[in-house]
Parts: sequence; C-alpha cells; structure tokens
Amino acid sequence: MTARTKNGSVDERERLKLFEQTVLPHLDAAYNLARWLAGNDHDAQDVAQEACLRAFKFFGSFRGENARAWLLTIVRNTFYNWLKKNRPPEIAGELDDKALAVEDVSVNAELVNLRHADAETVRRAIGELPVEFREMIVLREMEGFSYKEIAELSDVPIGTVMSRLARARKQLQKSLAGEFQTGGQK
Amino acid sequence: MNCQQAGPLIDFYADGELDAAGILELEKHFHDCPACALAWRNAQNLKKALKQDALFFTAPAELRRTIKAELHSQLKTESRWNVWNWNWLSAATTSVATACLALLLTVTLTRPSAEQRLTQEIVSSNIRSLMANHMLDVVSTDQHTVKPWFNGKLDFSPPVKDLAAQEFPLIGGRLDYIGGRSVAALVFQHRKHVINLFIWPTNDKDSKPASLTPIQGYNVIHWSESEMTFRAVSDLNEKELMEFVQDYATGETINP
Repeated sequence: MTARTKNGSVDERERLKLFEQTVLPHLDAAYNLARWLAGNDHDAQDVAQEACLRAFKFFGSFRGENARAWLLTIVRNTFYNWLKKNRPPEIAGELDDKALAVEDVSVNAELVNLRHADAETVRRAIGELPVEFREMIVLREMEGFSYKEIAELSDVPIGTVMSRLARARKQLQKSLAGEFQTGGQK
Repeated sequence: MNCQQAGPLIDFYADGELDAAGILELEKHFHDCPACALAWRNAQNLKKALKQDALFFTAPAELRRTIKAELHSQLKTESRWNVWNWNWLSAATTSVATACLALLLTVTLTRPSAEQRLTQEIVSSNIRSLMANHMLDVVSTDQHTVKPWFNGKLDFSPPVKDLAAQEFPLIGGRLDYIGGRSVAALVFQHRKHVINLFIWPTNDKDSKPASLTPIQGYNVIHWSESEMTFRAVSDLNEKELMEFVQDYATGETINP
C-alpha cells in the first residue's frame, strides 16, 4: 500500500490518510448527533455523510484541536442547512428562550425509577424535546462536552447553553415523572 | 445560600462545572434543605437515565463504507488540484518541532533540577486546583464514569481506582498540563484533605514510592509502574499520604 500510485498526488493521499486517522474515528459521534437531530436513520445517514465530506473539504481549516468537536460542529451546521431545505416548518426561527418559560414543575418525589428507566421510554422523552434542546442534551450527556465547548460548537452564548439545558432537563423530568407516576402505563 | 441561589447550581454541580467552594456551600445547603437535596438526587437520577449506552446510536457499517468510498473517489478526481493546506502543514511542523525541543530539554537538563521543576509545577497545579476554580472536570464518585471520561482526551488510559473502602474516596478527575504534556489528575479525598494524583506515561523503569522534598507545605510522593509515572500531592502528612499510595498500588484497576 504505497502512497505513490497513479491516482492522486502523494500529498492528497497523505491528507486523506490523516483525515481517516483523526476525524473519521468520530463517525459514531457524528452519526449519533445526526440521528438525534434528524430523528430517523435515513436522514441521519444523509446528514452524517454530507458532513464528513464537507469536513474533508475543509480539513485544511482544522487546527489540530479537538477533532470530535470540530466534526460535530460541521454535523450540526449541515443538519440545520438540511432542515431548512427539507422541513422548514420545524425551525422555530430564533427560538425564543422565554417562550418555553418553565412553569415550575417541581417534582416532589424522588424519581428512583428513573435510574432504571428503559431506553425506549427515555428515548421517546428526548425525542419530544424541541430540536434546540435535544442537541444540548446529546452534547452534554452523551458526548460529555463542557458548557464552554457546547457554546462554541453550537454558536450560542454560554448562558443560553445553561438555560436550554436546564429547561430540557425540567421537561425530561416532568415527562418521565408522569411516566412513572402512572406506573409506566401511559 | 438559599434555595433560589442553589437552584441553578444543582445543574452545574451535576455537570462538573461548579468550583470547589460552590460544591462545599451547596453540599451544606443540601444538608439543611430536603427539597434541594431531593432536586439534586433527581438531577443525578436523570443523568443516570440519560447515560445509558443504549441511547447512543452507532454509525451503520454501510455508512462508514460509503463515506470511505466517496472520499477515495474524490481523491482521484481532485488529484490535480493539490489542495494541500500549508497552514496545517506548518502547524504540524511546529508541534513536531516543539515536541523535539521538549524532549531535548528533558534529556539535556540535569535530572535533579528537571525533577525539582516538575515537582514545583505539580505542587502549583495542586494549589491552583484548590483555589476553587479548577478542581474537577468530571465530578463523580463512580470510577466507571471517571475512567471513560478520559478516553479521547488523553493519548493513554490512566489506571482509575476507587479507594472509598480505605477512606480515600475518589471524587473525580480533570485534565492537567504538566511538564509540557497533558496528564490525568485523579482527585481523592481523605477527611477534609484533597489528594491530587497526577499520572502520565513514562519510559522510566518501575520504581518504589519515594517521598520528594516537600514544597510549600505539600507532600509529594513519586513512583513509576508499568510505564506510567505517578505523583501524589497533598497537604496530608507524609505517613497518611504514603498509606494512600500503598492502598492505591494494591487497589483494583477499573476496566469499563
């Protein structure tokens, strides 16, 4: 497997090799984010694929920092472009962060069952969140990014990250609490 | 602290974004306020529910294949372009050069003074971490959370152990930068004392734990094992810190 084949210059081959080593290992994270945002496998594959190809195109602008964050930024942008084109009504526009003002749901019992909530129930609850909240949950809980990283990645102020996360969690607790108070029969 | 102040901090605490002083105050508040303590437990319950592996969607193999194929075919059509990016190249060259320089420095500098500087750096890092703004990147008493947290953040996998049974509970970890490289810092507690354990790979031979000269009142114990070097730093007295080190050495390593 020598770099000197007649297809592609050596530099290009090296570039692809580097890309495959540094960026593609994060394909799972890319697909996971796309899957949560798009809501189904088919669209998620389209978004993830386009994002990876774009990432390769812009690989020159990658400064060697966090490859996963860098790729997920592109996935996110690709997704929102895709959304504009394919499902315009879903975009709430400038999401009014006060619109979903928290009706203070105080959950006044310990949701111990939550710990053992089955994946399907939790998945449905996350799926019901508005997309701007859903992505915060994915980036924070599944990808483990810090507030600052999420703010940079999703291009919103850090305060917005915090308030969206808080709101998303309140809503999740509320919907999951309902689920369990009715003994999961709902 | 009252409930209104505590409210938003609960999330920060759960996310490992709260500084040590905040954690202490919040813990105190939980002690006095059952409602906030409940909110804290529910925050953790929710986190647990959201952290299930089953929620994570893995990329289908077919997608991986398509992308690879697509990239390789692009290579053929774009080969004339030569879009090699010089910025990237120069960044890479610089970092390689820096690495070489660092290596050269480490090798050239006389060992004692290099070791002293390293110890000073570790103690400073330990002090900084106690100054309430950067103790923990990942707050967890659960080693199964701490260990995977380091994945992808470091080029090695630090042995994470919990010594709660020996009264040195693991309270979390963070990334640190010591001696020109990223290192893992595990944070343990013993009564009111904090122990920072710094870990990074080394080529040194295994060595038994040995106390270094205390700096600014902090005791430092150093050892190497299985190509990892360890530095434990604490304001604990030397005897207790050595006990910690012995317990750590015999403790079980966690494999997630």
